[in-house]
Amino acid sequence: MNAETRLAAQLASSRVGALAAMKGVFARDMKVAFRQRQDLLNPLLFFIMVVTLFPLGVSPEVSFLSQAGAGILWVAALLSVLLSLDHLFRHDFDDGTLEQLVLQPQPLFLLILAKTTAHWMLTGLPLVILAPVLGVMVHLDGNSIAVLCLTLLIGTPVLSLIGAIGAALTLGLRSAGVLLSLLIIPLYIPVLIFGTGTVAAAAEGASVGAYLALMGAFLVLALTLAPFAAAAALKISLSNG
Amino acid sequence: MNTPDAIVHRPDYGALMSEPLPLIPEPLLQAVNLQCERDKRILFRELSFSILPGTVTRVEGPNGSGKTTLLRILAGLNDAWTGELKWCGAPVANHREEFLRNMLYLGHRPGIKPLLTPLENLRALMAGRRPVSDAALSQALQGTGLAGYENVPCRNLSAGQQRRVALARLLIADEPLWLLDEVFTAIDANGVAAIEALLQQRAAEGGAVLVTTHHDLALPGMHRLVLGKGGVADER
Repeated sequence: MNAETRLAAQLASSRVGALAAMKGVFARDMKVAFRQRQDLLNPLLFFIMVVTLFPLGVSPEVSFLSQAGAGILWVAALLSVLLSLDHLFRHDFDDGTLEQLVLQPQPLFLLILAKTTAHWMLTGLPLVILAPVLGVMVHLDGNSIAVLCLTLLIGTPVLSLIGAIGAALTLGLRSAGVLLSLLIIPLYIPVLIFGTGTVAAAAEGASVGAYLALMGAFLVLALTLAPFAAAAALKISLSNG
Repeated sequence: MNTPDAIVHRPDYGALMSEPLPLIPEPLLQAVNLQCERDKRILFRELSFSILPGTVTRVEGPNGSGKTTLLRILAGLNDAWTGELKWCGAPVANHREEFLRNMLYLGHRPGIKPLLTPLENLRALMAGRRPVSDAALSQALQGTGLAGYENVPCRNLSAGQQRRVALARLLIADEPLWLLDEVFTAIDANGVAAIEALLQQRAAEGGAVLVTTHHDLALPGMHRLVLGKGGVADER
C-alpha cells in the first residue's frame, strides 16, 4: 500500500449533523452555567433590585406604579440582559473553546444560535417567569401582567440575539462594556418601545394583536439575521485576537 | 472530496529511465505567496510551501517571528493575510467545511472548560465533529494518563493535566492534518515521548503534522519551516 491510497483512506469520512452539533453546544453551555450558579443569579437579582427600588425612590403611589410599572419592568429586564451579555463569549474566548467552536465543521451561525438560545434560557426566561410576581408588586392588573409577560417572552430572545452581535464584535477589546452598551442600546430601543406600548394599549383596553405581531416580526428578523452577523463578527474578533 | 485520481503524476520520462518513477503524493495543504502583516510589521512574505502526506514539519523561528500566526492562518482563524491556501489542490475557502473536518488544530489555549470534567470537555469538543462513544473517550483519557480523573472538574487539575485533556483528541483523531501550536508546553518527559510517537504514527499513516515548539524536537525525516525575523522566510 503506498502513501496515496493510505491517504485517501485517511480523509475523515464520518460526520455529525448540524442539529447534533447544536445540541452539543447547548448542553455544554447549560452544564457550565449550572456549575456556576452565582453567575446565573446576577441578572435576576439586578432585575429584582431595580424594580424594588423604583417605588422606594420615586413614589409608592398606586396610581404612579400601575401606570409606570410595565415600563419599569421592561427597562429593568433590558438592562439585566445587557449586563449578562459580556459573558456570552468572553469565557469561551479566554479558555480557547471559542476557537474550537469556530473550527467545527458546521455552519457557525447555527452554533451561535444554539449558544444564544442557551443564553436566553439562562437569563431571559427566568426574567419572564419572575415578571408576574414583580408585576403584582407594582400594582399592575391581571390583564396587563399577562400581556407584559407575553411581550417579555417575545422580546427577551430579541435582546439576546441582538446582544450576541455586540458581544461578538467587542470580544477582543479591553474595555468592551461601555462600547457594547453604546452599540446595543440603540438597537434595543424599538423593542422597548413596542414592548411597553403593547402593555399600555392593553391597559387602555385596546386590541394588542397588531403590537404583538410587530414584536413577533422583530423576533423573526432577529432569529434569521442576528446569528449570521454574530458569526461574521466572531471571525473578525478571533482574527485580531 | 478528492479521489485518488486527483493525484499529481510526474511527467512521463519512462522512456528515458529504466525504472518507473515514484508517484509524488498530492500536497494536503499548499501555501502560495503567503504574506502577513501585523502591527505594520511584515511577519513573512512570499512564503510558499507544501505539506505532503506522511510528513512531520516543525515551524521554527525566534519569538515573535509569526509561528503562531502562521498556524492560525492555516487553520483559518486569522484572516489578515494575502496569498493562496490550497487544500488537496483546491482553494481552502471553497472547501471550508471539508477542510475543517480533516484538520485538527490545538492552540496555545487548550480549549478546556475549567468547570467541566475531562470527559465532558472531550464530549463537547467532539460533539460537532463526529460521533464518538463515551467508552472511546474514556479510553483516550486513560491513554493520556488521566485514568481516575475522568470525573474531576478540570480546574482541579494541574496545567499539564489540562493540556493532556486537549491532547487526548490526538488519540481519537481521524483528521489527517494536525496543526499543533506549542503542544509540549507543561508536559512531562514521558508525555513528550508519547506525543512524539503519536506525531510519527500519524505521518506513517499518511497524515501530516505541522508543529511549533521550543522543545528540542528531532524526529527522523522531520521537515523544517524556518520563519525569519520579518524577512523572507524559506523552506528546507
